[in-house]
Amino acid sequence: MSALVRVLRRAWLVVLVVAAWELWTRYAEEAYFPPPSTILPALRDLWFDGPPSLLFLNETARDDFAASLGHLFGGWLLAGAAGVLVGVLIGRSTTAREVFDPVLEFLRAIPTPTLVPFFIVLFQLGATMQIMTIAFGVIWPVILNTADGVRGVDRLQLETAQVFGLGPVRRLVEIVLPAALPKIFAGLRVSLSFALILMVIAELVGSTSGIGAQLINAEHSFELPTMWAVIVFLGVLGFLFNGVLLLIERRFLGWHAGARQTAS
Amino acid sequence: MIRLSPPRRVLHAIIGIAGAAGLAELAARAGLVDSEVIPPVSVVLRRAAGLLADAGFGDDVAVTLEGWIAGLLLAVAVGVPAGLVLGQFRALSAAASPLVEFLRTLSPVSLIPLAIVMFPETFQMKVFLTFFAALWPILVNTLYALRDVDPVAKDTLKSFGFGPLSVLWRVSLPSAAPFVMTGVRIAASVGLIVIVSGELLAGDGTGIGGYITETQSSGGHTDLMLAAALWTGVIGVAANSALVRMERRAFRWRAAA
Repeated sequence: MSALVRVLRRAWLVVLVVAAWELWTRYAEEAYFPPPSTILPALRDLWFDGPPSLLFLNETARDDFAASLGHLFGGWLLAGAAGVLVGVLIGRSTTAREVFDPVLEFLRAIPTPTLVPFFIVLFQLGATMQIMTIAFGVIWPVILNTADGVRGVDRLQLETAQVFGLGPVRRLVEIVLPAALPKIFAGLRVSLSFALILMVIAELVGSTSGIGAQLINAEHSFELPTMWAVIVFLGVLGFLFNGVLLLIERRFLGWHAGARQTAS
Repeated sequence: MIRLSPPRRVLHAIIGIAGAAGLAELAARAGLVDSEVIPPVSVVLRRAAGLLADAGFGDDVAVTLEGWIAGLLLAVAVGVPAGLVLGQFRALSAAASPLVEFLRTLSPVSLIPLAIVMFPETFQMKVFLTFFAALWPILVNTLYALRDVDPVAKDTLKSFGFGPLSVLWRVSLPSAAPFVMTGVRIAASVGLIVIVSGELLAGDGTGIGGYITETQSSGGHTDLMLAAALWTGVIGVAANSALVRMERRAFRWRAAA
């Protein structure tokens, strides 16, 4: 019962806003603001009128999602791997940090969307351009967080390990990386939400397939309900990604003393 | 405030920058990469300096700055009062938080096509996008900052007979202000990214984003594209450090800020 009250206490405004939106848009009949009862069917018609065995995904959805999410996770994983590598390198050595920090800060300061046209010339239109745009844009939080986490490793633990004869590789794998894990994870979570944004912008600027391309198609054919449907879907996707990563973080890093401060 | 850095650090920084620039320059000069596509660093820097004298680019920068600042100011004007109102009523802020959380994950970039058809005037479109991107960091930071206000200070004023508005003005607002400022700083950097993205897609060739798109379509001079991207980064860094300096000056009394 108290759980129900708690849910109601948090949900009433959402219900109220959606209801008000429905009522107002029906009353106003403004073409730019379709009611939710029009947006949801548009979303179904666009992607979700497929067979139940395929989670209702239709053919368009299977193509679009495979392309977009493939680029998204491709770029994110690439940035994750490279970012952890560079982050460990920079975090372990003060000299390396002092040498690379200014260069990294400089590259990080350039807004990635302004580089999309350059990446289009460099990689041509296609998967490589999309993946590289995402990877370039989201690598910075991973590098910075990894370096930060690695720097915070307990010196005593490292020296103890050295006394016990653990080599540098084992020290890295068994002490440094586990200690830095919560920070690395927080960096990856921030990166994933950036990756979604960059996926959309890269597809809006230069692509004919994928989720962002549907948005452009809807713009050109003035299909406002479809446009709203894609926007809502992207919002839900962002919400889910963040939620899933938080869940993984709590599930697997719950034991970690350093995990509590980064989980929010 | 000038802080003297230890010379070793400066030396390392110079080695890093010079090394990276030198390697990139060498790779382009030696033909390891196609210098038509990836121009040497020296060429990009020369183009960037050349853009300073280019009146057309100056106008584009001015257009971007105008839209960016207008959107930010609008977001402050809406976000701070909204945060204050929500922060006053615990029940309201609990109910608003799922809504705010959802709207803030909604990437403003996905709203660009909608904003383009909705606002026939490009400038309004850009102000709206910047506003929408900037609103959430400011609103959320205001809301969280109000939660952290020292309850003892509030209760003390209350027991001396100060009304709720007076408590808000004398205690809550000053104590929340530095954190709100941090929200404004985040909003400024997100806002710049979003407004330039909007310009890339608006198709009327105005603003920094418009300049880059036009350069791309008129022969794809990557050196000019990179030079314009470079200036965008410089603008972002300059704005951020200006805001930090403002923060330090305004909240000097607060050691933690």
